[in-house]
Amino acid sequence: MYRYDEFDYQFVRDRTAQFADQARRRLAGELTEDEFRPLRLMNGLYLQLHAYMLRIAIPYGTLSSRQMRQLAMIARRWDKNYGHFTTRQNIQFNWIKLEDTPEILAALADVEMHAIQTSGNCIRNVTTDQWAGAAADEIADPRPVAELIRQWSSLHPEFSYLPRKFKIAVTGAPNDRAAVKVHDIGLRLHKNDKGEAGWEVIVGGGLGRTPLIGVTVREFLPQHELIAYLEAIMRVYNLYGRRDNKYKARIKILVHELGPEKFRAEVEAEYARRPKQETEVEERELARIAAYFAPPQFERLPRWSPRFEEARLANPAFARWVRTNVAAHFADGYAIANISLKPEGGIPGDATSEQMELVADLAERHSFSEIRVSHAQNLVLPHVKRDDLFDLWQALSGAGLAASNLGLAGDIIACPGLDYCTLATARSIPVAQAISRKFADYDRQQDIGPLKINISGCINACGHHHVGHIGILGLDKKGEEYYQITLGGSSATSASIGQIIGPGFAGHDVPDAIEKILDTYLKHRQPGEEFLAAYRRLGAQPFKEALYAAH
Amino acid sequence: MPLIKNDRFIDDPWTHVGLEDSLPSSGDIIVPYARLLKEWDALTRHDGRLGVVFTNIDRVEALSLFLPRLALIALPFPSFTDGRAYSLARQIRETGFAGELRASGNVLPDQLQFMRQVGFDAFEVTERFAPEVWLGASRRMSLAYQRGLYRPAGEAEVWSERHRDAEPWLEQPHAG
Repeated sequence: MYRYDEFDYQFVRDRTAQFADQARRRLAGELTEDEFRPLRLMNGLYLQLHAYMLRIAIPYGTLSSRQMRQLAMIARRWDKNYGHFTTRQNIQFNWIKLEDTPEILAALADVEMHAIQTSGNCIRNVTTDQWAGAAADEIADPRPVAELIRQWSSLHPEFSYLPRKFKIAVTGAPNDRAAVKVHDIGLRLHKNDKGEAGWEVIVGGGLGRTPLIGVTVREFLPQHELIAYLEAIMRVYNLYGRRDNKYKARIKILVHELGPEKFRAEVEAEYARRPKQETEVEERELARIAAYFAPPQFERLPRWSPRFEEARLANPAFARWVRTNVAAHFADGYAIANISLKPEGGIPGDATSEQMELVADLAERHSFSEIRVSHAQNLVLPHVKRDDLFDLWQALSGAGLAASNLGLAGDIIACPGLDYCTLATARSIPVAQAISRKFADYDRQQDIGPLKINISGCINACGHHHVGHIGILGLDKKGEEYYQITLGGSSATSASIGQIIGPGFAGHDVPDAIEKILDTYLKHRQPGEEFLAAYRRLGAQPFKEALYAAH
Repeated sequence: MPLIKNDRFIDDPWTHVGLEDSLPSSGDIIVPYARLLKEWDALTRHDGRLGVVFTNIDRVEALSLFLPRLALIALPFPSFTDGRAYSLARQIRETGFAGELRASGNVLPDQLQFMRQVGFDAFEVTERFAPEVWLGASRRMSLAYQRGLYRPAGEAEVWSERHRDAEPWLEQPHAG
């Protein structure tokens, strides 16, 4: 894992002192709320329905046990003993007092964390594959480059007052688990004919009001050109992105309005015009960072673990958890263990202080003290010996953390919705809870197979409903919450935007509607065909009939 | 309006001359970009230094013909959240412009350090904030990660500091 050096420490300390001074001036009335808002947002502090919400950056979703324990401490001391892991691999605390924030930021700085640029019209926390550095299908660990981008984008003087927020995602594997095609910039590592690794640069994807799949502006960008090229893209956006209407201010609208060809030409012209600085420093910096991400000292183990196989045969509940929540690791004898934060009827992504501390302990014992946060709001222990999986599962079971539903109907992504958020038009959490209860039966979830249900409480799409196989969007119709359903979305390698299936439903009717959709799928599917594939083959018609025929 | 230049409050030696105002016979003047386009010949004969207020909607390439004669470029911030002028400033410095680069309009203390880092060296500021707030805010961060910034407050560039023995990054000409 990356470790701060003296410069990184000084940087967050300066920043914490700067924010403490800004908060003091605000409380003393020297800054207006309008002037203070962008400053606090750039430090992750939102004013929500009931209190301030503090969103803390978890760069590329990687946490150490020590950091996780500090998050648990913060939740206990300054919040209500829980935190919420978000779809951007961050954590947010919902019950924060403004006057406590400098102290919280100082506590974060102690463990090499901060809340810089988790909000505001700037480059946000960079995200990546939650299985980075462990997945069997990976070309290279994308986290060194993600850390390079984190540093470069931190307090970038040119790009801190952009037209709108800006999100960058990076993947080092051919199976895209970082949703790079629906980010402002997505970077995909691949190899050219000569076997050299470079980046496909995808720009202008996004969800929100105008869901769009990004366009490729460079097929193959050599590693050492990356930062300079990103600056050219950012400059074109900063200069020409729309500022007249916040709903048209994301880079996707600029790409769309100019057209991909014209946009690409602008970026290439800017890139060619800028003075070329020596890139040796960036290359050395990347090498320095990469050393921190060297694989841990894996033991040489046989692929076959008798202890694991015996436990699996003896214990069907464990076997089920393994089937859904354990993924292939590149090192023999190791596995990736996914911890679902989606218990039956629970709030997606929430974890108590005690749960965080348990996960920290288990990571220390079983996973080289390393934890990941996934954009599906779950946690990951990336490097667990197969021999240890049964012990791990037992410990998780005792703390309500062993839901066997990763990637299944119960693994619902949901934004905080109207229970917390000032932007929301409807609640998300109760709908997620009702669906979770309806499909609580694990055998049924297994039978339905891989499924992504995503719920957003408003059109801003923080729950990524456009890319859910089943997307649910909460809206307000004359004071009543109702929910629009989309089908066929995906953020995977063959990304697509879901299509609205028909008129919306009242909240209490949503679980039944989902059931009708899934029954239709079960009726029509071919052997081994997953929901998304079946929908793409069948089209909307049979689902429409099932939902609306009786109306 | 108070003017900060090179970390000090100074009397502004420049006079803003609007689109319709008559040209003074001498002295340092700042004219709108539209006037530069219209009266370039007359302005080149002006007895005194020449500056321009360049707006956020024009491209920097359009200035290239005029640059050798310009001693000052003012970039207005229509609101402090409108960040276009940060990119324009850097583009202008990247052309080699070494004159005064002035931030005007909605300039606030907490943005001053970013403005200096992209190449602004003069700031038209309001009297709402005390001088020590202005001067303090412009040096809050003692370091920056990015390379090739202007660092009048002496901020360390982290990447360059870490790799001191690497190729030196060619120094940009220092702002006026």
